[in-house]
Amino acid sequence: MSSTAANKPRPKYLNLAQIRQPLPAWVSILHRISGALLVFPFAAWALYLLDASLASQAGFAAVRGYLALPLAKLGMLVFIWAFCHHLCAGIRYLFLDLNKGIELAPARASSVAVLVVSLLLTAYFGSKLW
Amino acid sequence: MVVKRLVVGAHYGLRDWLAQRITGAIMALYGIVAAFFYLSQPDFTYDTWRGVFALGWMRIATLLFAVSLAWHAWVGARDILMDYIKHDGLRLALQVVTVLLLAGYLGWAIEILWR
Repeated sequence: MSSTAANKPRPKYLNLAQIRQPLPAWVSILHRISGALLVFPFAAWALYLLDASLASQAGFAAVRGYLALPLAKLGMLVFIWAFCHHLCAGIRYLFLDLNKGIELAPARASSVAVLVVSLLLTAYFGSKLW
Repeated sequence: MVVKRLVVGAHYGLRDWLAQRITGAIMALYGIVAAFFYLSQPDFTYDTWRGVFALGWMRIATLLFAVSLAWHAWVGARDILMDYIKHDGLRLALQVVTVLLLAGYLGWAIEILWR
């Protein structure tokens, strides 16, 4: 009897779509996603823009015009967010590595700070595009 | 019972972990300085832009950023591939692609800086 109870399939709550993730987990997965996006395509895009804008006066003007396109602006907004989030979360991880703010309450507070500050920075630098 | 732990291996785990943090700090510093420089320019023209990258120390600092990026991104991308790609051949192939991509970025950055 006890063995049948033990063999009963137990629910395993490893379904990522069903678990409500705590905020530090969101910061973590967004750090990963933003890092991957920065490697590709954003680093390639940044190099392309740097190359063209430094090549000549005409190239600089062309990049200016190109970045005025709505789709390019949208891409730049995601780029800025990925950079700001990765930077803010990275600074948080440097402190965590030094055992600073590893208790539940400060860890939660700093993860909120990372999400909010990176969005504010994105809004600020993004507003310079328009 | 006292267990004497045998520490063997190439220690590349610690080295990469540390390298990722140091290169991250270098890029954070560069990024923050660059952001403040950008904000300090009332009018962003081609001449200011060209002038910034004509400075010798700025080229070296940017090269340092590019090298840091390549190393940092290699450790990060390798971690992601090790976590999610279970097929050995596919993981190796993607790691090779990552190395080639990052080496290409670095070469491109050097070409832009010392043209």
